[in-house]
Amino acid sequence: MTATADKAGSQAVETVNVTIDGKAISVAKDTLIIRAAEQVGIEIPRFCDHPLLKPAGACRQCLVDVASPGPDGNLRAFPKPQASCTMTVTEGMVVNTQNTSEEAERAQKGVMELLLINHPLDCPVCDKGGECPLQNQAMSHGNAESRFVDVKRVFEKPLALSSEILLDRERCVLCQRCTRFSDEIAGDSFIDLQNRGAMQQIGTFNEDVLGFDGYGPVGIAAEDESGGAFSSYFSGNTVQICPVGALTSSAYRFRARPFDLVSAAGISEHDSSGSAIRTDHRRGVILRRLADNDPTVNEEWITDKDRFAFAWQNMPDRLTRPLVRNDEGDLVEASWPQAIAAAAAGLREAVSGKKAKGVGVLPGGRITLEDAYAYGKFARVVLGTNDVDVRTRIASDEEQSFLGSSVASTGLGVTFADLERAPSVLLVGFEPEDEGGVVFLRMKKSSPKQQVFTVAPFLSRGAHKLGAQLVEAVPGYEGTVLAGLTKAADAVKALSEPGSVIVVGERVAGAPGAFTEALALADRTGARVVWIPRRAGERGAVEAGALPGLLPGGGDVAVAKARKAVASAWGVDDLPRTRGRDVTGILTAASARQLDALVVGGVQPTDLTADMIKALKAAKFVVSLEVRRTDATELADVVLPVAPPSEKSGTFVNWEGRLRGFATAIKTDAMSDHRVLDMLARELGVDLGTATVDAVNAELVTLGVLEDSARMAAPAVEAPAAKAAEKAASVAAGTKSLTLASWHQLIDEGSLQEGEPYLAGTGRIAVARMSPATAEAVGVKEGLVSVQGTHQSSIDLPVVITDMVDGVVWLPAKSPGSWVAATLGLAPGDSVSVKGGV
Amino acid sequence: MTDLTPVLTATWGAEESWTLKTYQDHGGYGALKKAFGMDKADIIQAVKDSGLRGRGGAGFPTGMKWGFLPPDDGGPRYLVVNADESEPGTCKDIPTMLNSPHVLIEGAIITSYAIGCNHAFIYVRGEVVHVYRRVMNAVAEAYKAGFLGKNIQGTGYDLDITVHAGAGAYICGEETALLDSLEGLRGQPRLKPPFPAVAGLYARPTVVNNVESIASVPAIIDRGVEWFTSMGTEKSKGMGIFSLSGHIEKPGQYEAPLGITLRELIEMAGGMRGGKKLKFWTPGGSSTPILTDEHLDTPLDYEAIGAAGSMLGTRALQIFDETTSVVRAVTRWMEFYKHESCGKCTPCREGTFWLTQILRRIEAGHGTPADLQQLLDTCDSIAGRSFCAFGDGAVSCVVSGLKYFRAEFEAYVDGTASFDPADAALFDYAVSTDTAATDAPELAQEAHA
Repeated sequence: MTATADKAGSQAVETVNVTIDGKAISVAKDTLIIRAAEQVGIEIPRFCDHPLLKPAGACRQCLVDVASPGPDGNLRAFPKPQASCTMTVTEGMVVNTQNTSEEAERAQKGVMELLLINHPLDCPVCDKGGECPLQNQAMSHGNAESRFVDVKRVFEKPLALSSEILLDRERCVLCQRCTRFSDEIAGDSFIDLQNRGAMQQIGTFNEDVLGFDGYGPVGIAAEDESGGAFSSYFSGNTVQICPVGALTSSAYRFRARPFDLVSAAGISEHDSSGSAIRTDHRRGVILRRLADNDPTVNEEWITDKDRFAFAWQNMPDRLTRPLVRNDEGDLVEASWPQAIAAAAAGLREAVSGKKAKGVGVLPGGRITLEDAYAYGKFARVVLGTNDVDVRTRIASDEEQSFLGSSVASTGLGVTFADLERAPSVLLVGFEPEDEGGVVFLRMKKSSPKQQVFTVAPFLSRGAHKLGAQLVEAVPGYEGTVLAGLTKAADAVKALSEPGSVIVVGERVAGAPGAFTEALALADRTGARVVWIPRRAGERGAVEAGALPGLLPGGGDVAVAKARKAVASAWGVDDLPRTRGRDVTGILTAASARQLDALVVGGVQPTDLTADMIKALKAAKFVVSLEVRRTDATELADVVLPVAPPSEKSGTFVNWEGRLRGFATAIKTDAMSDHRVLDMLARELGVDLGTATVDAVNAELVTLGVLEDSARMAAPAVEAPAAKAAEKAASVAAGTKSLTLASWHQLIDEGSLQEGEPYLAGTGRIAVARMSPATAEAVGVKEGLVSVQGTHQSSIDLPVVITDMVDGVVWLPAKSPGSWVAATLGLAPGDSVSVKGGV
Repeated sequence: MTDLTPVLTATWGAEESWTLKTYQDHGGYGALKKAFGMDKADIIQAVKDSGLRGRGGAGFPTGMKWGFLPPDDGGPRYLVVNADESEPGTCKDIPTMLNSPHVLIEGAIITSYAIGCNHAFIYVRGEVVHVYRRVMNAVAEAYKAGFLGKNIQGTGYDLDITVHAGAGAYICGEETALLDSLEGLRGQPRLKPPFPAVAGLYARPTVVNNVESIASVPAIIDRGVEWFTSMGTEKSKGMGIFSLSGHIEKPGQYEAPLGITLRELIEMAGGMRGGKKLKFWTPGGSSTPILTDEHLDTPLDYEAIGAAGSMLGTRALQIFDETTSVVRAVTRWMEFYKHESCGKCTPCREGTFWLTQILRRIEAGHGTPADLQQLLDTCDSIAGRSFCAFGDGAVSCVVSGLKYFRAEFEAYVDGTASFDPADAALFDYAVSTDTAATDAPELAQEAHA
């Protein structure tokens, strides 16, 4: 940190002295009266006010009496009550709220009466009833009886703003929290006020309401490829901040009463941000999830995936009892002792039988720190192998070196707050909105002040909303592009500002030299590098050593000192000495019968380019630890049911390196992976010591952090030559071969989003994208384009001509009709054949 | 007896008064030449010294408003002329622009020059397409004659004027809502601070002035501060256009010094219609509390009218004789405010909705004694509670109506009121069937719109 930054950080906050209801308080200058009152425990009723949104002053519920000293020093009262949500405190100000001022109380009661005249008395059937700010404040600050005897305003109800968000306009008090959230926080102005006066209403662009004839919405953000208004990835937050029951979600509408629900704090399993959530359940069934307030991480916002995607864990295919393949080859239910015995027998054979070729372990990327630790230790101590890899996605050795040298055991690095404060951010292979969720919201908060650059094939909608500047790159050549950034490049100049950040995403593993060059660029500019993977368990697995070359504590398995330290903590003589196979290596080896058995956690075969089904079929013995039946469990010899996140406790380590512990929300007899592995190890004669979360954490603490000499060296991989990158970014007439670009949309057909059709309805429609020149070269004008990889099957999607790098076709990774890994068997950066007019 | 003082209206009767030629034949653009020879600060000082107060209704000193602009930072600053005249009863800016658009343009050039603005906007009410066209034509004439554009009259000063038509919302007469509308946003008032002088149009320092205020500037520069201050009263200097409408013989625009009385104006307007008795009147449009015949001799300046419990407003004198039902008039006004409430804040949006229903009920003979107190209570919940000043304006007619004519409201409740709307009609038109009986379907219709 530079001297100036230090100085800025230590500058004392200027305060002013005010008196609120007779209580003297000193608060920061520019504090709103309503916030200052909160600091002395005085609650002023409010609807439009929200601490994370800009003041609106629309509802007028928070009126208070204010007097402030005039030029002569004497107190001068404002002639009328002032909105405490818009006025900031000044030195010597005297505020009298409803508690001490009859005028303020009268004003508030008057506004409350007006708010209620058009509000229906349907609290008994309203979802918000029981947790409704209007209901509560009407009780605490309103008149007991209404004097309104005339005709209420009515609307047709509900209005579907999207498949997930419903609006009952007659309940709306027009506080504009939802529209301000959509505009200010999410950047998706898909709803706005329409009409005026008492007929003013929230809605998506509606020609009937507006009385328009033939006009359409205007502006770049107005329409998606369907021609309809955009749905937002963050729309569920509007339901939560609605101070009345006007906004409801299709998923929760009419399902429960808030006072029947049991709430449990938790951490979202959907991405690596570790967003704080609240799970509301009733009689063992989750009814809804809400954002919890965690100012350091997700503030008060979560993605719609965090909020709505929870049905998956209670689908009919949920596993509750172990399954063992019988002599007839059928999977049949078995008792836990039977199943553990069968699994142990099969693994024992694969480890120490005659001509045993060993076992590969694929834990999957969604597990907790404790689970990952158990998988890693199980592989090394029980199975005697380093063939363990959580990365069920594109992965590389260079990435592992990067993770080992720059991520593992580095503690809290770049934080959400750092990202928000960063004067400039360079994104490499990372889409903040699609792959980061609340990461996008934090960056949006600093937009347009923050300079954002993105190394990508085109400017995605999310990047556009951040005002990002595109640094064009063909997938696979990100390293080349980074190496080519000279001192004169805008990105380099911007990154040289102290506090700047380079974000690398998990897709960078598919670009040789990109991690190396990202670190080099950081050295050149002084910016810090942060790795933001997609899945919740990835960072924890790096810390826990569930990678083929990485031990817990950041040690490199190839370094004796590292092995020795971990081995002694684990009470064993030594650990397997060479780096193990990565995910593709394990599957390839199993397919080639170079591995006898596989231990598979939460892995979807469809997420992998390597043929996992083939590997599972080829392996002599497969143990699967899963929540639900999948293609993998169907091919396993023993299936051990494990708990979904809501039914277990544990820790996710988010991308910041922050430990995000969570307790069990719903108590069932389902067990965590680490507990099941502990049982399995015991059957195999080893005390794994991972029976409980506490035991694992105690062990992790004793392991501590290994010294630098025990760690991996930073990656040093050369990126492809600039000429090759140039060639890839060009296209010749008549070509049929293009480079594949792809990433996951936030809302797609990921397995954790199953069972939630309303959420699925808000996903972006799947399209293929290519540049005008590319489309012309391959002879695609409009309509469907067919993309084929190594398999027979193809992905056929409508093409959208996009301003993007030439020679590339982009497909969503796992959206409806576009399962890239499964259908094409390819990853971004690979060559695909394309034909139009299908 | 006060005399009329035609300044802005002086050339309205001339042949093709709206053309540049006519305007110049009457000395038009002479003030501009004089202004270009003056120091900018001196122009601002002259307007300050003249005591010219905003003619848009609030009466804020124009020169002082200009003085709020922060020092020049090299970036753009704007003059926005508020020509969104829509206050019921007000009819001064529209005839000014129709009859003498160049006086506005000349004023806009002088003002822009004085405040260092190179791009001025005239925001014209959308409904008056003929005025919009006329101002645009006048601007085009001014460009052609070298009064607008680059290097005006060889002075090196550049100015562009954009004429913009609103989309027909009363709220866009509120200066911050006007700025939002001008920026292409939904016209609703902005939070203040920041005030337009600091962050107005496109978040740049902006002066927003009424048409008549700006149109008064050339005369002040041309004839001098002393001439201007010789008219009017102590704190309300100069002349102004008084729009007389209603039950008088000759409705129209009467330009006179501030401080003239209604009695004098009615006399100039040929007296009350058919010699009937004055019942009530608005001094400055429907947003100013009504006054009665006891105020006939109250000087029409800011202070005296204020002391009488009303406001000078836009000097829109709507005059009603004894045939008029106060209840009916107030109900119509409230229907206007309900229709025009922008909807942003609760008191104005919900309050005007409620008041309209109560008033319609009372007018239809379905009122209750409790309704009168409810009217006052609801007004109390709007006045001083709303986001912008329009909430206060909306309830003026109800509160003042009840203040002077409570007995008439009570008569409606008792069923003893007898007014035939045809008696008050200015034209021979079919009697409106707009009564409470038709309320419900209308509301339902609106609800489904």
